[in-house]
Amino acid sequence: MDSTFSAADLSAIWLTCKLATVVTIILLLIGTPIAWWLARTRSWWKGPVGAVVAIPIVLPPTVLGFYLLVAMGPHGPLGQLTQTLGIGLLPFTFAGLVIASVLYSLPFVVQPLQNVFEGIPERALETAATLRASAPDTFFSVVLPLAKPGFLTASVLGFAHTVGEFGVVLMIGGNIPEQTRVASVQIYDHVEAMEYTQAHWLSAGMLVFSFVVLLVLYTFNPTGKRR
Amino acid sequence: MRAVSLFAVRVLIFACLFVVWHTAHAEEKITIAAAADLKFPLDEIVVLFKSTHPAAQIETIYGSSGKFSTQIQQGAPYDIYFSADISYPRLLYLEGLAASEVQAYGVGRIVLWSPVRDAGKMTLNDLTDPAIRKIAIANPKHAPYGKRAEEALKAAGVWGKIKSKLVYGENIAQTAQYVQSGNAQVGIIALSLALGPELAKQGSYALIPDKLHQPLEQGYIITKRAADNSLAQTFARFVAGKEARAIMTRYGFVLPDAVK
Repeated sequence: MDSTFSAADLSAIWLTCKLATVVTIILLLIGTPIAWWLARTRSWWKGPVGAVVAIPIVLPPTVLGFYLLVAMGPHGPLGQLTQTLGIGLLPFTFAGLVIASVLYSLPFVVQPLQNVFEGIPERALETAATLRASAPDTFFSVVLPLAKPGFLTASVLGFAHTVGEFGVVLMIGGNIPEQTRVASVQIYDHVEAMEYTQAHWLSAGMLVFSFVVLLVLYTFNPTGKRR
Repeated sequence: MRAVSLFAVRVLIFACLFVVWHTAHAEEKITIAAAADLKFPLDEIVVLFKSTHPAAQIETIYGSSGKFSTQIQQGAPYDIYFSADISYPRLLYLEGLAASEVQAYGVGRIVLWSPVRDAGKMTLNDLTDPAIRKIAIANPKHAPYGKRAEEALKAAGVWGKIKSKLVYGENIAQTAQYVQSGNAQVGIIALSLALGPELAKQGSYALIPDKLHQPLEQGYIITKRAADNSLAQTFARFVAGKEARAIMTRYGFVLPDAVK
């Protein structure tokens, strides 16, 4: 009963960080246009799309896990697609976890971005247009600086929420070391095997991590009110 | 307004009476925590038991033996605990958490099971076939069937060759589900599940020789909280009886010769 982290624990922590980083980057890439559209559109579709994006907040992770397991399986639409593309099946792979986590954490990135985008005055964009700024130029020189607090919140929440994922991973992960055995699953295994010392160390690590993340968020980013 | 509050009071009184009545009849209700491999036989045993004890309320929860053991240590409200590994209830007994001796109820068997291949002709050595990309076993760390699967794979000399293909189910039922959904091509699961109505019609199985692994000796206890629960005692006796044992045999459990 060593009181430090075992090699398996460290591997789980590393995997968790890797997963959360990849997922956060992907979420920022796809979440930004979705959030921008949701913030600016007057289309009838705003409601339905917003609801679909928010679904993972209310849905039990088991529902998402079950559907993904079936959809990514050999008879499911996603599984058939990946097999045709020669990628093989996604359950029990790191790529599969990334897809699941992107869906699971999507609202935590889109919603803060949408809030901050909605707060950007139309006039700022019009001024940029008058100065003949191109759309990408406007985005990088006007929108991005104004939306910085939103991006910080979105990144932190997306990252943290992926770290906190458990149910979906348990259902589609298959518990493979260095592939899908993330820290939350590793803790579960420790508890099931009655290895309470190891479970305590990892759990305490997660607790401290979560606290620090939220502390940083609340200290440096008081809900973006000082704009 | 008055009418409404009067109604609320009536409902409240009724609810209180119901709770009191329910508590008074507490001994008519038991909650069983059982290893996932018992799903089919135990469900049948409960139905049979209820046919002669219609008033009995029996709640059955299936899951991994290790988890239930941990939960019982932490005071979980289970009255009888059926474990796929007899060492868990033995440990609880030593810790003073049992109200009965540890009773052996059967020895389980592991099988190779597959819905996509003719598993009936397969041996463990066939698992090295590159066409088999994923093999599901229960997590050897805490699931008894996973431990035995690992032992058998090691004894057959294929563990090192197929280790990278393994995916681990949280318990034996989830392991079967990984194969059933087609995400793994083959699984090492409990014979009792392979013989169950769902899986029997979807795939085929091959017994893994039991000389390749330690016996899957299974056992149950009545927990300390059910020490005065007469229904728990009655049900435990029924499980040890002839009719229940016949059901266990039908699902592939080898009955213990001597009750330990």
